[in-house]
Amino acid sequence: MLKKRVWQILLAVLLLGSLILTACGGAAEEAAPADDAVEVFSWWTGGGEAAGLEAMIGIFNTEYPGTEFINATVAGGAGTNARAVLATRLQSGDPPDSWQGHAGQELIGTYVAGGQIEPLNDLYEAQGWLAVMPETLIPLISQDGNIYSVPVNIHRANVMWYNPAILEANGVAVPTTIDEWFTAMDTLQAAGVTPLALGEQWTQMHLMETILLGSLGADAYDGLWDGKTAWDSAEVKAALDNFAKVLTYTNSDAASLSWQDASQLVVNGDAAFNVMGDWAEGYFRELGKAPETDYGWAPVPGTVGVFQFLSDSFTLAVGAPHPAGAEAWLTVAGSKAGQEAFNPIKGSICARTDCDASLFGVYLQSAMDDWASNKVSGSLTHGVVANDSWKSEIDTALGLFMADMNVEAFQTALVAACVASGPCQ
Amino acid sequence: MFKNKDRYLSIILISPSILAVLIFVYVFIGWSIRVSLSKWKGLLPDYTWAGFKNYLALFSDPRFAVDVRNTLIFTGVFVIGSIFLGFLMAVMLDQGLKGEGFFRSLFLFPMAISYIVTGVVWRWLMNPATGTRTSGLNLLFTTFHLDFLVNQWYTTPKWGMAAIALAAIWQMSGYTMALYLAGLRSIPIELREAARIDGASEIQIYRRIILPLLTPVSLSALIILGHMSLKVFDLIIAMAGKQLPLDVPSIYMWQTTFDGLFYSRGAAISILLLISVAVLIIPYIRYTLREEE
Repeated sequence: MLKKRVWQILLAVLLLGSLILTACGGAAEEAAPADDAVEVFSWWTGGGEAAGLEAMIGIFNTEYPGTEFINATVAGGAGTNARAVLATRLQSGDPPDSWQGHAGQELIGTYVAGGQIEPLNDLYEAQGWLAVMPETLIPLISQDGNIYSVPVNIHRANVMWYNPAILEANGVAVPTTIDEWFTAMDTLQAAGVTPLALGEQWTQMHLMETILLGSLGADAYDGLWDGKTAWDSAEVKAALDNFAKVLTYTNSDAASLSWQDASQLVVNGDAAFNVMGDWAEGYFRELGKAPETDYGWAPVPGTVGVFQFLSDSFTLAVGAPHPAGAEAWLTVAGSKAGQEAFNPIKGSICARTDCDASLFGVYLQSAMDDWASNKVSGSLTHGVVANDSWKSEIDTALGLFMADMNVEAFQTALVAACVASGPCQ
Repeated sequence: MFKNKDRYLSIILISPSILAVLIFVYVFIGWSIRVSLSKWKGLLPDYTWAGFKNYLALFSDPRFAVDVRNTLIFTGVFVIGSIFLGFLMAVMLDQGLKGEGFFRSLFLFPMAISYIVTGVVWRWLMNPATGTRTSGLNLLFTTFHLDFLVNQWYTTPKWGMAAIALAAIWQMSGYTMALYLAGLRSIPIELREAARIDGASEIQIYRRIILPLLTPVSLSALIILGHMSLKVFDLIIAMAGKQLPLDVPSIYMWQTTFDGLFYSRGAAISILLLISVAVLIIPYIRYTLREEE
């Protein structure tokens, strides 16, 4: 009887011990094995992103054969999970050497404010990147004259996709101003076509930012984010009225559609227009659709000559365990070879303006031309112009607006959001 | 002597789990309360004292008002629907029909599925698309000319939450049925027979005898389902994603903390959630403990 008890206890202790061992084992693996290494943290775990990252790692390994590349990825769309993991690591003082983040205030507002990333001005100068990246890009990824990340790819937010056959059948030309757009959508609606395809809440914010840009113009739009344009002004009210009017042309089941579902409505002929970032183009190609026949593109009406961008970029951690390795990684990430390896696979354009155009498709070539010549503005939904707290407050205000369609209340909430988390005082 | 030894052993054996619960549950509750009383916004901890500011702000926060309203709708539809349907199924199974075991498992099976899977399936079933893209239940209804049943489901303005509760009812009514079936089986057959001899109709038997005897079961069901509905998160995320019309406190907490970095506000929401669940659970635990004694 007693003997049996002893055995039971032994077994329990053994089980407990093995649990502790496995827990420690996990921790030991995470520790960096060698001095010559670099740990890069990202949420590129699938599709073209992961393949593009692999291609860039390939270049890193040829150029820095002595440095081990530790690929720390956390799955989850647009990095929601990854950012929670990263926050935990940073709070416990265990930063990766370099991590992925949307270029602009999403990085600056969070990590510069927390003193967790280093300025990269020296690297930019040493590599001559200032000469090969658009001049209007640099202020958007800087704070107080310091540049904080290396953009690897560029996506365009203010793209209006359209179905050429539907436009032609209804005698509608591609609109370039917001008023032309309204007229066109009136015609389409009268003909029984859904004028504009829209999806779940974040795509609604995406639509809103392009309408703000189109209504206010690039300078006033930029001013919203540095406090020079007042959120309670009549211009903003007019822009929000435009947004409210645009929403009347959308499909009724927007809340149940992902961005893919909404974009697909255009190429399937169920809707005439869709406003979505240019990752939609990669999706159209996956569906086997041909550019210029199955889908066309133009800047969102009112935003011709402006490139509203977003970008995945990499940082240098304060107290990085391998600063030399991190610098080597950033050098590759900003290099022509690195960006030419990554972007054609990911379906985006280079942040550099000197990439070889022949590597890219028809749409991306036109985006490259615009990137090199247009005025650059930043995206709200994708982290360029507002910090995370501000963006989440705007998101809440937008959600409430979508439920009650009250423009005055929406504007009041946007003013409050700017005071609470933005530059307005 | 043996008794003493046993006691030592039991204390030693149980201490790791007590310690773990103490740290990972109670210490962290305390820590969350502390955070909820601070000004922590941003990545770095900031324990500056803010008093009850975060709580007061929530009470005047229009989004939190939406959350409370949604939670009430969800809880109402889900709890009433599950109890009603569960009881009905239990009564039907209790009639001693053939193949009872088969139906019992059939009704219970949805419970074995995770909320995420339920959400994905019902997202498709409750597709609100119109015109040529109609699919799921709406397509079924139009095919059988039941057009009055076609609706916008979870995208219905203001009442979309009730559609989400339907999916939850589908998942949990089998469980409620199991609870009631066990309760029904424990009622002595003599009681029914005596009532029948006295001339009571079947409906009277259920109303006057069976239902009152099942009160403890109903109470358990109410509390188990009620606290589940207060914490609902995964089902909504899987069905509708993060959208304000279908927001609940747990989603607000997650978004505001990890997307918006408002840690103190997130902590305040979590404490309010904890309190609301505790209000439901603690009387129940006390009740069952007293029963056991």
